[in-house]
Amino acid sequence: MKRVVYSGIEGRSLGYWSMMGVLALFILLAAGSFLYMEHSGHHVTGMNNQIVWGIPHVFAIFLIVAASGALNVASISSVFNQSIYKPMARMSAILALTLLAGGLVVLLLDLGRADRLIVAITTYNFKSIFAWNIMLYTGFFVIVLTYLWTMFDPAMHKHTRKAGTAAFIWRLVLTTGTGSIFGFLSARQGYDAAIMAPMFIIMSFAFGKAFFLILLLGIYNLTNRSISADLIERLKNLFGVFVAAVLYFAVVFHITNLYAAEHADYESFILVNGGIYTAIFWIGQVLIGGVIPLILLYSPMFAHSVKSIVTASILVIVGGFANIYGIVVGGQVFPLSLFPGQEVSSSFGDGVVNSYVPSLPEILLGLGGVAVAMGLFLFAIKVLRLVPNNLNAEHTETTSEVPC
Amino acid sequence: MSQKNMNNSEDKLVDAGVLSCQNKSRRNFLGKAAGASVIIAPGVTLIGISSAQSNTDVDGADSSKRWGMLIDTNQCAEGCNDCVSACQQENGWGEGSTDESHSNPEQQAQWIRTVTVRDKDTGHTNQLPMMCQHCAEPPCVDVCPTGASMQRADGIVLVDKHICIGCRYCMMACPYKARSFVHESLHDQKAYAPRGKGTVEACTLCVHRVDKGEQPACVESCSSGAMLFGDINDTNSEISKKLKEVGSTQIRADLGANPSVRYSGL
Amino acid sequence: MLIDRLKVRIAIVSVVLGALFATSFMAQSQSDAENSSSALNKQVTTGESCVKDTSWMRRNHMELLKHDRDRTLRQGIRPVDGSIKECVNCHATKDDHGQQLSINAEGEFCAGCHSFASVSIDCFDCHSTKPEESVVGTRR
Repeated sequence: MKRVVYSGIEGRSLGYWSMMGVLALFILLAAGSFLYMEHSGHHVTGMNNQIVWGIPHVFAIFLIVAASGALNVASISSVFNQSIYKPMARMSAILALTLLAGGLVVLLLDLGRADRLIVAITTYNFKSIFAWNIMLYTGFFVIVLTYLWTMFDPAMHKHTRKAGTAAFIWRLVLTTGTGSIFGFLSARQGYDAAIMAPMFIIMSFAFGKAFFLILLLGIYNLTNRSISADLIERLKNLFGVFVAAVLYFAVVFHITNLYAAEHADYESFILVNGGIYTAIFWIGQVLIGGVIPLILLYSPMFAHSVKSIVTASILVIVGGFANIYGIVVGGQVFPLSLFPGQEVSSSFGDGVVNSYVPSLPEILLGLGGVAVAMGLFLFAIKVLRLVPNNLNAEHTETTSEVPC
Repeated sequence: MSQKNMNNSEDKLVDAGVLSCQNKSRRNFLGKAAGASVIIAPGVTLIGISSAQSNTDVDGADSSKRWGMLIDTNQCAEGCNDCVSACQQENGWGEGSTDESHSNPEQQAQWIRTVTVRDKDTGHTNQLPMMCQHCAEPPCVDVCPTGASMQRADGIVLVDKHICIGCRYCMMACPYKARSFVHESLHDQKAYAPRGKGTVEACTLCVHRVDKGEQPACVESCSSGAMLFGDINDTNSEISKKLKEVGSTQIRADLGANPSVRYSGL
Repeated sequence: MLIDRLKVRIAIVSVVLGALFATSFMAQSQSDAENSSSALNKQVTTGESCVKDTSWMRRNHMELLKHDRDRTLRQGIRPVDGSIKECVNCHATKDDHGQQLSINAEGEFCAGCHSFASVSIDCFDCHSTKPEESVVGTRR
């Protein structure tokens, strides 16, 4: 029986260091932006008292959602016994951790009082979904690290299945929690929907998988390792199902809203006359994030090229970002319905669509989160034995004999 | 709410023998307060001058009370902004304050604002003041991760800026857009109305005045008598009698937050 | 046997030395703090005395403030010892031209000690640094 051999990537090439250099630059820019915003106060950002969560939150939520989805490949191998995925489980788990770290960094640094981190992690209001999330994130780190341990340590292999199952359940709860941050907000027209929770879960499958595919195919291409066509095909098909499912949930969400006259104004805002937010929905979320990737993945013209899979993954990330932007910012620019059925006006933006223009420091802070996630990942695959030397069919098949 | 925290620190102080000598020095402080005149607000129980340390003061917020307001929109004069100005002056935000000069109008604090409501079909128009509605079931308190957003025993909803981390989730949850985030450093605060960069704030129902037996600044400033303040739980209070007599509305009653600020004439 | 005894002796000696060193260090830093704060701080008050004696306050005022802030804000108990408002009312000073100074301005009551002790506080991010208007009029 052949064993899967893992190794770190060499990580000495010019390419590796220039990638790390670029990421470090982005992290520095983000650090500078944070200090600037922290020192001046948030008046230097695009946020205001109408749009309280801006683009840093979009980045943070996007990364957190993608993080739980990135664990999927590992879950499929450990929980659902698909041994072909097993050699990739370590990478999948590490990516989940680094994406979450990147997201949390942004979330924390955009707080009004980031210096009170200690308060945030020691003082809890147990009725708050936000507080639950803090615990879910912390728990995710612990559980996935344990899961990784069971994969690395031969003496712990017998526990991999249990740890993997725990991690899988935990990530479902975690994304339910993330979606519920919005689902529980009964006062806002764009939120207040139980479907937010499952919708975020399916979004996490798609976004996490997109990150994973780009990195997997990128690493194998750049380090000249081989990967079997069959494996690529299976990863691709699963990815396509997730992308289609995201579209499906968007359809159900909006159809349900359209049916209730109460939400008619919000729907016409997002779907028809919301200007940039309508464009973000149709062009960003639907076209770039859904339709084009599906064509790339399934049309016989493109379906078998690695390039088209990577392109589709990048598009899903762009479209997914638009999706979260539409939910977070679009949901806030639409005015609160203080007096349903009546026109409201005031000196403080009641009854009108508010505007939000992201400022440069906010964008840099968000990009810094992505850079943290990617930098940690690139570092991890250098120092840890995460990447199988090859993912050819005969190797991956024989691994099925290794007890899970 | 993080009652836990409070008790912990109390225990520590008892250990250190701090609390035992509190009564003596407390009297020193009260000496200064005793001179304060006592206003008998509508619905507020008469507070004797001899006992400046009224029950409200010494025992704290009284859970048998529920402070609230009734706003008669028919009396609210069009174009009048007195309640807003009074609040600004009392609590040190907006016009008259030297702070928040870097923030744009959308970023500046708005503890109270006047809102015009027009019925799309009939054209009937109302003006009314809108501020924190001091809900009995406040969504902002539910969502706050640290328990900074809190409700006193007498129903007043406040932000404990000592533990507010500025996450702004309460602002997302508030149906009334009643809360503001402070976008820059402040220097011109009132001693009794602390507020500062990076934390969230809102109408306090002038808690510092209410605890002295006075009325909120906005109510006092309203010359048309459109605003009535008092204890909704006290059946003999003026506000309770009026609420029983005239029909009143809760804004977004459908959300079930049960605000303590009620409106009539809508 | 011999080695054991030697070990015990070394242990005793090092414990004693350690204790001596620690106490002398503590005493030193204490006298440092006292010297410096009396040098740094103007003793400004409007009342006869503080809620507790000065040396107690110097060490424990933060505990008192932290304890009573919750009682005031959360429970609405107004007459408390640890009122930062009263700290400011009593201890903030005016300059030679009669201009009110911030209590956390350089060299003033709060900042004088805190900057010496390298303690950074965020009280005055929110709290007023000047006495209440009602108090200002009654000041000497």
